[in-house]
Amino acid sequence: MRYITILKGTQPAGPPPGGLMEAIMALGAEATASGELLDNAGLSPSASGARVAVTGGELSVMDGPFAEAKEFISYAVYEVRSKEEAVEWASRFMQLHADLWPGWQGECDVVKIMGPEDFGPPQ
Amino acid sequence: MTHRPIVGCVTGEASGEATDERGVAARRAVEAVWHIESGRLVAGLARVTGDLGLAEDLAQEALVAALEQWPFSGIPPNPGGWLMTTAKRRAIDAHRRTVTFERKAAVLAREAVADEPGVDTDSRVDSLDDPVGDDLLRLVFTACHPVLSLESRVALTLRCLGGLSTDEIARAFLVPEPTMAQRIVRAKKTLTDKGVRFELPTADELPRRLGPVLEVVYLIFNEGYAATSGEDWVRPALCQEAMRLGRVLVGLLPDEPEALGLLSLMELQASRLPARRGADGRPVLLPDQDRRRWDRLLVRRGLESLARAEASGRPLGPYAVQAAIAACHARALRQEDTDWQLVAELYDVLGTIWPSPVVEVNRAVAVGFSRGPDAGLEVVEQVAASGRLASYPHLHAVRGDLLERAGRHTEAAEAFERAADVTRSDVERALFADRAAAARARG
Repeated sequence: MRYITILKGTQPAGPPPGGLMEAIMALGAEATASGELLDNAGLSPSASGARVAVTGGELSVMDGPFAEAKEFISYAVYEVRSKEEAVEWASRFMQLHADLWPGWQGECDVVKIMGPEDFGPPQ
Repeated sequence: MTHRPIVGCVTGEASGEATDERGVAARRAVEAVWHIESGRLVAGLARVTGDLGLAEDLAQEALVAALEQWPFSGIPPNPGGWLMTTAKRRAIDAHRRTVTFERKAAVLAREAVADEPGVDTDSRVDSLDDPVGDDLLRLVFTACHPVLSLESRVALTLRCLGGLSTDEIARAFLVPEPTMAQRIVRAKKTLTDKGVRFELPTADELPRRLGPVLEVVYLIFNEGYAATSGEDWVRPALCQEAMRLGRVLVGLLPDEPEALGLLSLMELQASRLPARRGADGRPVLLPDQDRRRWDRLLVRRGLESLARAEASGRPLGPYAVQAAIAACHARALRQEDTDWQLVAELYDVLGTIWPSPVVEVNRAVAVGFSRGPDAGLEVVEQVAASGRLASYPHLHAVRGDLLERAGRHTEAAEAFERAADVTRSDVERALFADRAAAARARG
C-alpha cells in the first residue's frame, strides 16, 4: 500500500541547519535502500505558486503567497506494508527536525493513496 | 534524543495493564519498526555468529523483547541498535543456561561487554552499522544459496529479508503452517550441514550466484501476480514485497544490469495491475486494458531502471530484454501505438539468449503485428509442428487470431476450439468459445 507524507511547517528565520539536511539525506538514503521510498521532493514556498478555486460556482485564480501560517515544505511517497510503517518513516523524519532544529514547528500528514486494496472484490 | 511514544500508549507507564485495543496498536507499531530493521538485524547477527539459523532465532527473541518493552518505554532513538544489543544479550543468557552456544556466545559476550553500559544508549551506532550493505548482501546470497531448493530459497528469503512470519509465508504459498515451518528449519539445517559460510561471492562467482537470487525474487512476484483479488491479502502483497526486494538488490548491486532489468520488468508488469480486472471481476488482457488506469509512478520507475540497465553498456540478459518488451507496451498510450517492429526485434534477441517455445509464441504475435499475419503464422506454425506446447492454450489462441486476420476463418475457428479444449480456466474457455463462434459465422 502506498502513502504520501506531506510536510507543513513554520520556518524560523534563516536556513535550516546543515546537520539537519545531512541527516535528512541519510534517512532518505536508508528508506530508498529499504525499497520503500519511491519518490520525494522539496516544495517551494507558496509565493511561487497559485491557487485555483471554485466558490459559488465561480472559478478564481489567485497567485501566492497565501496567508496561512504553515507552508508546504516537502512530500515523500512510500510503498509500505502497513500504515504503521508509513507512520514510522514519518516519525523518524520529524524526530530529526525536533532534535536538530530548535524552534522549528510543523506537522507531517500521512495520507493513504488509494490502491487496488481499497476496492473490495467485485460482487 | 528521547524515546518516541507509540500511538495510544502512555510512555513511562509501568503497568502492563494495556487494553486490547491499545495492545493491538502497540503491536502493529512495533512490527512496523521490525519490518524496517529485521533484514539488517538478521544480517548483522549472522555475520557475528556465522550461523543464519541462530541469527534468525536471536532476532526473533529481540522482537519479543521489543513487543514487551516498547509499548511502555516508547520506541528507542536507535531502534535497530536496540534490537541488535538485545539480541546479543539474549545469546549470552542462553549461554549461561546451556553450553551449546558456548563458542559463539563467547564471541557475542565480548562484543556485548563493549556495548555497555545501556541497551538504550542512543549515541551508539552498534554493530548494525553496515553502510555499504555487505552484511545484507551476504544474507541475500546465503538465503538464496544454490545448495537450497528453489522453494527453500523463497521461504528463507521472505523470512530473513522480508521479516514475514512463518504463518504469513505459509498463507502466501497456500501450504499449512507446519509444512512451511519445517521447510524453513530444513533449509537452515542444509546451510549448516553443507558448511555454507556467511560470505560474499567473489567477482568470478557473482554471475553464477546472482541467477538463483533473481529467480527467487521473480517467483515471489509471479506468485503475487497470479493471485486474484478475492484472495487472502498476503498473496497480492507478494508483488509489492518482490518489488521491494528488487529495489534492495539494486541498491546493493547498482551495476548489475540483470538486477535492474528484473526490477524494471516487475515494475512495468505491476503498473498494469489496476487495469487487469474489469468491473465484472473478469481478467482484462493487455490489448483491451484501459491504459489510463495504469500506475504512472511504476511506469516511470520501470522505464528509469531499464534505462540504467541499458546504460551499463553490458549485454542485456533475459530479464532486461523482457523489461524492454514490457517498456514498448508501457510507452504506447493506445494499443495501436505499440512499436511492434521493436517488440519483434526484442523477441528475436530473447529467443536467441533464452530459447523457449513460449517465447516463440509471443514472438509470433509481435511479428504478426509488425510484418503481417502470414509472417506471424510462419513463426507459430513451427512451434505447432514441433508438437511442443500442444496443451498450451495460448499457442492455439495466437494461431487462431493470426488465421482469422489472414482471412482463414474455418481454420481459425478450429484453432480457437482447440484452445477452449485445453485451457483449465473457465473464463478463458468462454472467451475462446466466443472467438470460435465468431470465426465460424464469418467462415
